[in-house]
Amino acid sequence: MTPLAVSIAGALASFALVLVVLELIRSRRLRERYALLWLVTGLVLTGLSAWRDGLNTIAGWIGVRGYPPAVLFAVGLLFILAVLLHYSTVISRLSDQNIVMAQRLALLEQEQRAGAISER
Amino acid sequence: MSDAVEHAIAPSRLELGELRVVAIVPAFNEEHTVPQVIDELRAFDSRIDIVVVDDGSVDLTADAAAARGAKVLRLPFNLGIGGAVQTGFRFAFERGYDVAVRVDGDGQHEPAQLGRILEPVLRNEVDIAVGSRFAGGTDGYRSSRSRRVGIRILAWVVSRIVGQPVTDTTSGFQAVNRRGIALFAHDYPHDYPEVEATVMVFRHRLRLAEVPVSMRERGGGRSSITALRSIYYMVKVLLAIFVGLFRRNVAPQEETE
Repeated sequence: MTPLAVSIAGALASFALVLVVLELIRSRRLRERYALLWLVTGLVLTGLSAWRDGLNTIAGWIGVRGYPPAVLFAVGLLFILAVLLHYSTVISRLSDQNIVMAQRLALLEQEQRAGAISER
Repeated sequence: MSDAVEHAIAPSRLELGELRVVAIVPAFNEEHTVPQVIDELRAFDSRIDIVVVDDGSVDLTADAAAARGAKVLRLPFNLGIGGAVQTGFRFAFERGYDVAVRVDGDGQHEPAQLGRILEPVLRNEVDIAVGSRFAGGTDGYRSSRSRRVGIRILAWVVSRIVGQPVTDTTSGFQAVNRRGIALFAHDYPHDYPEVEATVMVFRHRLRLAEVPVSMRERGGGRSSITALRSIYYMVKVLLAIFVGLFRRNVAPQEETE
């Protein structure tokens, strides 16, 4: 059985994550699009921490004997991996767009300079 | 679609006076429908300026629009509908337009019906008029079931929040006055923006009214919303609405001119 202190600490910490994410959206420092995964992470971890019987049951399913909170670590790790992978795709897209932007800017500058010269 | 074009050839007698009106046409890979939309806009009222926002198309959308004499804002890559439409509002704001209408480049909005959404704005009865497919029980809007359910749920939630019945929260067929242009130029939601924009409009105490219109089947391209995505958008939009309620309003910049 999960120690009570672990359940309480886990639930509080995960719920704090949910609140922080909501506040970040509210103050416009985090876009909803990038917040959803964090919110799901926070809610799932809060649920698993607070629902002690459930954690034990799930631990039994996946063959975790002796220390059910290990499931919390596993699930948390999985979500963090998902968030990181998501960010990698976001960064890839941003760098692609950055290249396009720089190229368009270069073309625009060339056009403008050519225009300025022909006006003289 | 040829039928619809026939309708369009009844020029409007809108009382524009000194008002400058711009039609914002967001388009993403819609080279086949954009020229027709431009022609119909001209046929409706040649005094309306047309600006096509090409949202990073990989086809000839920008060329097709320019060939018809529209102003073209070509985005260097796809921003999504929210970013594209806001580009149009920014243009309208900075170039001093008094009224802006949004007419999608896929041909689903009929320029011939522009009078319906323009008139309440021109008469200064509202700040923003939205063409609704469901107000006044107008006909045949066919769509995937998941999408219709989504539209229903959003309409219900939004109506509760703004305290006024709103039937078609996802309609992009809108006319906006200078106050609305200023607001949208500075703050416009991202993907699937109309729902959040409706709530935003009420929070800024702008007057919004729905006007019954009918819409056509999309002429080209595909809806940006597929079945699985609509669930994702639902959750995202609901989250945005609820968190947005606790947000302080961003005051649109005062007019500088």
